[in-house]
Amino acid sequence: MALALQTFTTVKDANAALTAAGSRYLGGGTLVVRAANEGDISVATLVRATDPALSTIALSGGKVRIGASATMAEIALHPELGTLAKAARAVGGPAIRNMATVGGNLFAPSPYGDFAVALLALDATVGTDDGDTPIETFLAGRDNSRAIVTSVSFMLPRAGSFRFLKVSRVKPKGVSVLSIAIVLEQAGNGTVSSARIALGCMADRPVRARAAENALLGKTLDQDGIAAALAAATEGTAPITDPIASAWYRAEVLPVHLGRLLLG
Amino acid sequence: MELRKSYFADVRKDDLHEIGQARPRSDSPGHVTGKTTFFADRNFPGMLHLKMVRSPHHHARIRSIDTSEAEKHPGVVKVLTAKDVPHNVYTILILIQIGPEDETVLADGKVRWKGEAVVAVLAETERAAQEAAAKVKVDYEVLPAVFDMEEALKPGAPIVNEYHGQNYYLYDSGECRKVRFGDVEAGFAEADHVLEQSYQSSPIEHAPTETTGCVVAPEGNDRFTCYTNTQAMFFTLDNTSIILQMPGSKLHFVGGTVGGGFGGKVDVIVEPIAILGAKLTGRPVCFIYSREEEMQISSPRAAEKVVIKDGVMKDGRIVARKVTGYTDAGAYSRHSPYGAQKGAGHYPGPYTIPNVWIDTYCVYTNRTPSSAMRGFGVTIGDFALEVQMDKLARLIAMDPLEFRFINAYRDGDMKAHRQPTEGAALIECMQEAARAANWPVAEKYMAMSSYKKGA
Amino acid sequence: MAKVPVQFTLNGSEKAEFVDGGTTLLNALRDKIGDTSPKGGCHQGTCGACSVIVDGELRLSCLTLAETCNGATITTTSGLAEGGVLHPLQRAFLDTFASQCGFCTPGMIMAAKVLLDHTPNPSRDEVVEALSGNICRCTGYEPIIQAVLTAARANSQNAA
Repeated sequence: MALALQTFTTVKDANAALTAAGSRYLGGGTLVVRAANEGDISVATLVRATDPALSTIALSGGKVRIGASATMAEIALHPELGTLAKAARAVGGPAIRNMATVGGNLFAPSPYGDFAVALLALDATVGTDDGDTPIETFLAGRDNSRAIVTSVSFMLPRAGSFRFLKVSRVKPKGVSVLSIAIVLEQAGNGTVSSARIALGCMADRPVRARAAENALLGKTLDQDGIAAALAAATEGTAPITDPIASAWYRAEVLPVHLGRLLLG
Repeated sequence: MELRKSYFADVRKDDLHEIGQARPRSDSPGHVTGKTTFFADRNFPGMLHLKMVRSPHHHARIRSIDTSEAEKHPGVVKVLTAKDVPHNVYTILILIQIGPEDETVLADGKVRWKGEAVVAVLAETERAAQEAAAKVKVDYEVLPAVFDMEEALKPGAPIVNEYHGQNYYLYDSGECRKVRFGDVEAGFAEADHVLEQSYQSSPIEHAPTETTGCVVAPEGNDRFTCYTNTQAMFFTLDNTSIILQMPGSKLHFVGGTVGGGFGGKVDVIVEPIAILGAKLTGRPVCFIYSREEEMQISSPRAAEKVVIKDGVMKDGRIVARKVTGYTDAGAYSRHSPYGAQKGAGHYPGPYTIPNVWIDTYCVYTNRTPSSAMRGFGVTIGDFALEVQMDKLARLIAMDPLEFRFINAYRDGDMKAHRQPTEGAALIECMQEAARAANWPVAEKYMAMSSYKKGA
Repeated sequence: MAKVPVQFTLNGSEKAEFVDGGTTLLNALRDKIGDTSPKGGCHQGTCGACSVIVDGELRLSCLTLAETCNGATITTTSGLAEGGVLHPLQRAFLDTFASQCGFCTPGMIMAAKVLLDHTPNPSRDEVVEALSGNICRCTGYEPIIQAVLTAARANSQNAA
């Protein structure tokens, strides 16, 4: 069956079209057109929605709502999202960032999906016409997700509390060995009062490093303070093996890079 | 750029007007305007797309192939199997009498590596070819596979390629290419130190930006024009002529513009089957590797293992060198028997050593067939040899560069394979390198020459 | 097979074609319109050889469906020279020996053009970043970076 594109104005109509067998949602095309190009014949009908609301970025009361069609380039250049620019710039080269959408990034399999790692650390909410879902729940069930993602929302982190690192062999643009995003709050005495750590490439999709998060609570950010967190960094992970790195290598270097990000 | 004319001034005319000058390249205007015509820039009305059904197994017997559903798929024009290929079993170096023929254009009865071509599907669109390829049913009986060269050489290992009958290439010299010079055991006995080390490498893909492929147009007079990015035009034409049992005069090859080759486009893989498709359908055909095929299917540089044993004197002279080299050909020969042979000639390195023993094996495994790539047979060997040289220098507490001056070959020296050295320039290169790197070297070495007095 | 119309401005001239559904912009340009300057190196968004400029933005034509470009203004490397006079970037790529096999060159020039359109005097780091989605396997990155910097200098001298 030949490939076909169906364009709808509303998400509602596009969602209805996506009930057909062989249909896939077309965002920026960097995942689904790639799959079709590579001979994935399960992709038959591409469905897209052109509602401009899908591309808006809105901030109010410290809360950010990013339309699912917003691109990495739009996020990287947004004057009020400077904190996240590094994570948006971690995705692809300039052309990819002009195309790749925030919604699509939620579906990118490891070693891709660096921005979703940031969203996981930000404890974002994923919006569809069926309602909102916590990102962790969403990522866990994404393989069976059918409803079009319309937005992601999160509280904008205080400057300095969000940290992001993408490790790649080729610079400035290379596929991830791993990526790490952290949202960290410290008490007046400098001890960690809350920590959310998300990891890319340490499973087939972004995962939280809960053991490391717990080990950081009440600790100061110095070699001794973070030692327990680093020792627990790989707990619960199942790193991928691909041409970029083996699972063994990723597990070996994760504590090194996590340590640098925490101390940096 | 500086041209240092002081070297070898007495044996060379001082009339080099072009060397050292930047001259415009004739192909650059085409490149920067996008006008250069690569093979895939040719498009013909009614052109068919060829997609290959490939083996999912490393080693398997083919019980049966059922193409009936694929043939019925909308848009499919022709489905080709082994029986359609006039001379299906071939080997590319047969042109220089290096046999036996050991590789199938399309698998016949057996597959020997994961990714081997089994069935070719020709359809109106790429999509239709992909969909039909998915409908080809091949019934495989999976066989034990061997991936490690030393395992492959052990008695009782699964036989990879029956056309050879054993898992190594049988040279006229026996199971390996051999070089014997002096008495290597006597050399080891005489040496102050003996160092044996082993080195190994993995396969390396050339990764050209333009993938391997060709576009074939039937000319209507039983003649076929093949636009190709092969790096080996006439080599490919002659092999195609053998495989298709067609006189070369029926084949017109157009090429020369290659979007990166690096030795990866010399294997005569896409052209014969695409021309056969054009012949049997009367339609233009394009067969272009996907990026995945380029990375996984096209030949890489061979994996190699090199074991070097050296005897060295405290004064820096290497008195004995024994090398055993293994080249992983994968499932088929392609250029690897030649690569392993090159290694045998090369292994003593650019050093004069009185006692040398070399064995190089071309080994068959159930891996992707390897082939040519930039200095194949030599490059990995040089890595091993030069790391070994550094280790030897450290062993006798000598500067590694001075150690190489002591052993460097010079004009008139007899090489291990009994070609007298001529035109050597290693010493002069090392002198320039020492100056450029500001690496201190004793004056006596800086005064050396590749010429020997009286030579 | 259902054909769909596509219509856009390519290098200043109007183009209209019917293509198969789901045809990529790369295939539409190359197979239908006959502009073969964008190259297909990977068809997966990795090599950048297919880069074109769509409405002022760098895009990978291999991952862009032609139908989504209706009404767009598209620039490719084949449209840069005017009246037989090379664009400063083309001149600089020629003069600095920034192309070897030439396969990545049209994509490189597109990425460089978008950079210079927005940042006429880029730093070396900005050039490296702008070219980071384009792969040159002949490893000519240094002359390519020099070409872009040379073109930027030529532009600023002409403007002065």
